[in-house]
Amino acid sequence: MANITWKMEDGSEIAADVKDGLNLMEAATANNVPHIEGECGGCLSCATCHVFVEPEWLARTGEVDDIEDTMLEMTDVEREDNSRLSCQIIASPELDGLVLYVPEPE
Amino acid sequence: MPAPVVIVGAGQAAASFISRHVALGNSEALLLIGEEPHPPYQRPPLSKKYLLGELERDRLFIRPRKWYADQGVETRFDTRIAEIRRVDKQVVTDNSEAIAYDKLILCTGSHARGLPAEIGGTLPGVYTLRSISDIDRMAPEFQAGRKLLIVGGGYIGLEAAAVARQLGLEVTLLEMAERILQRVAAAETSRYFRELHAGHGVDLRESAQMTRLLEDDGKVCGAQLESGEIVAADLVLVGIGGSPNTELALAAGLDCDNGVQVNATCQTSDPDIFAAGDCCNFSRGGQQIRLESVQNAADQGDLIARVLAGEDVSYTALPWFWSDQYDCKLQIVGLNLGHDHIALRPGASESSLSVWYYRGDQLLAIDAMNEPRSYAFGRKIIEAGKNPAPEIVADPATDLKALALG
Repeated sequence: MANITWKMEDGSEIAADVKDGLNLMEAATANNVPHIEGECGGCLSCATCHVFVEPEWLARTGEVDDIEDTMLEMTDVEREDNSRLSCQIIASPELDGLVLYVPEPE
Repeated sequence: MPAPVVIVGAGQAAASFISRHVALGNSEALLLIGEEPHPPYQRPPLSKKYLLGELERDRLFIRPRKWYADQGVETRFDTRIAEIRRVDKQVVTDNSEAIAYDKLILCTGSHARGLPAEIGGTLPGVYTLRSISDIDRMAPEFQAGRKLLIVGGGYIGLEAAAVARQLGLEVTLLEMAERILQRVAAAETSRYFRELHAGHGVDLRESAQMTRLLEDDGKVCGAQLESGEIVAADLVLVGIGGSPNTELALAAGLDCDNGVQVNATCQTSDPDIFAAGDCCNFSRGGQQIRLESVQNAADQGDLIARVLAGEDVSYTALPWFWSDQYDCKLQIVGLNLGHDHIALRPGASESSLSVWYYRGDQLLAIDAMNEPRSYAFGRKIIEAGKNPAPEIVADPATDLKALALG
């Protein structure tokens, strides 16, 4: 279990306890986090679950592989050094307290 | 109380419509009606991870079951609509219950075509693949060592072949056309997947005409080919394409032609009725098309919510698709319909390749096999309306990112 917080650009926040093994795109859609769509179901084809990770947490969210790195080029809001596709971040106790920032497409 | 917006069909398009409706803060009440007992779920994993047993059922659901009530959306699953009464603005369930609608959204999807009963299409042990219950019925038969016969070399058949090989079944795949994927892809894409499956031990036969399925002891036991050859099978999966579910729309007198016809705002010939997803037929670039894809269902559902909210929008989304087979990720962007030549771009590894489709100078679509850069940057290139010459994209030294962003 990990408590995850999503922070929106308008200052609002959503926090939820996420079961180990679920990815954070699934967790976001289940908890009604805006702007996280995850149309492809987490198979790295749509880039609609883009988040910015609180920098101090970045290393703990795991490695960005080549496909994710490429797909991050397709995001609506331009990627930054702390960008991840949240379908590739898997909930685990080490991520308890993780904060994600949700970019808002224009 | 005013009548709600009623959504008939609980699939991807419905979920996407509801999500956008909720996100926009629209106040109109929603009622979602679905025939299956489940809330809207993702279908693509059915022929992949769900059949493989790697994904539990609840994770297929696009939103958790309780999410709908939490948003104030009324749901009625396990409910079949038998009729639309346009004059009264009602839908009628098969229990003769009339339900009023303000606007009606048809998200009725498509169904898998089967083989005729006369040639054994309804024998026990013969399956099609479209729903959770289809998989739950066939999955216990997917046991190592058993013989699976797949009829049809489209994406669903190929994905099921990959899962079956991973589970240790013996797989024969019959394609009646000259090559697998003939209707949807270039010969080079067909060749890529033919070699992929042959390399994983699938007995893949093209130009194979099947005359009938054979029965033994009340169950399917194989197929007879036109050549007289008999292919033995313990189970058969028929993957020969889908047809739109238009019965309700047809009976209600809505214009239909290979799907419920809709305009650029997904409105049918009745202004109070909209349609989205696999069931609808629309115009794109002067061609009438119908798409069976998550992207199309999701984007059309989303569009209808915006239209009902008063936004001035029309449907122009760029199609995209994907398929996973063994360790190959296929990503497709665009529609290759009407292409007259292609360019091949080799990828970084032996197993990566992209096929770029052109009509004249215009770049239409890309099939990217283990080649996400061609997909991601190709998508940007098409979206930007750029048309790089075939020899440029075929040159592995060309930097696609520079081409996309330059």
